Amino acid sequence: MEKIPILKMGEFLLVTVQVDLYDRIALGLESDLVNMISKHGSKGVLIDISAVSIVDSFMGRILGNIAQMSKILDAHTVVAGMQPAVAITLIELGLPMTGVHTALNVEKGMDLLREKLFRMDVISPLPDADTE
Amino acid sequence: MLTLNKETILIKTEQDAVFLRNRVTEYANKIKMGLVNQTKLLTAASELVRNMIRYAGGGEVLCEVVSESILQTGIRLTFIDKGPGIKNVEMAMKDGFSTGKSLGIGLPGARRLVNVFAISSEMGKGTRVSILKWKNG
Repeated sequence: MEKIPILKMGEFLLVTVQVDLYDRIALGLESDLVNMISKHGSKGVLIDISAVSIVDSFMGRILGNIAQMSKILDAHTVVAGMQPAVAITLIELGLPMTGVHTALNVEKGMDLLREKLFRMDVISPLPDADTE
Repeated sequence: MLTLNKETILIKTEQDAVFLRNRVTEYANKIKMGLVNQTKLLTAASELVRNMIRYAGGGEVLCEVVSESILQTGIRLTFIDKGPGIKNVEMAMKDGFSTGKSLGIGLPGARRLVNVFAISSEMGKGTRVSILKWKNG
C-alpha cells in the first residue's frame, strides 16, 4: 500500500507529501504520525504540502486532527508550503483550519517549531501562553 | 450551450476518484483554465466523489467540456449515483449539516467553489449533482 514516509530529525518529525493525497493515505499518515510521536517523544511535526494540489474538507480535517492529536501528545504541528490556489480554495470552501500552525515554507516552518520549543523550555513555565 | 467533449467515468473506489481527478486536470489544461479555477473545480469534484463513494457505494461521472461562446468555455461534471438518495436536500446544502461523521461542508462548500450547481435527489432512487466551472469565472 502507498504510504507517506515520516523522517525523524532530532526532536522533530518531517513529512513531505509528494503525492496527491487521497483519503486512505491521509488516514494512514494520521495514525503513523501519532505512533511516531509517541515512540520517539517528538516535540514537533512539520508537514510540507507544497506538492499537494488539492486539499478538500476531508484532508483539511485530517490535518486539523493531526495537529490536535499531536498537541495532546505534547508536540506542535506546522503545515508548511501550501500553494496559493489551495489556500484560496480552502477559504471559499469554508474550512476552518483552526489550531493548525502554518508557515510559508519548510525552512520557516522549522524556525517556527524551534521557536516554540525554545519558548517552552526556557521562557514559559505557564501552560500554553501562545496566542496564535 | 454546446458540448464539445463528453466522457463517462465509472466510480467505484478511491482509485477511480484519483483517475477522475487526473482526467479533469487534463481537460482543464486543454481549455487553458487558470490554476485557481482548476483547483476550485477539482476540490468541488473531490467532495462530490467522496459523497458518492461513501453514501452510494459509487456511481458515474459525466465529464463534459462545454462552450457558451467562443470566449467562454468551461467544464461540467455530473455525478450520478443510484444510492439511497438524500432525505432533505435543503438541509444537506446547509453548512455544518452531516448525517455522517464529517464536517458537513462538502455540499455547500462545493457549491461555493463553482459557477453553476444543481442537485436533485429521490429517496431510494439516487442522487444527481451537476457542477459547472467556467474557464474565466
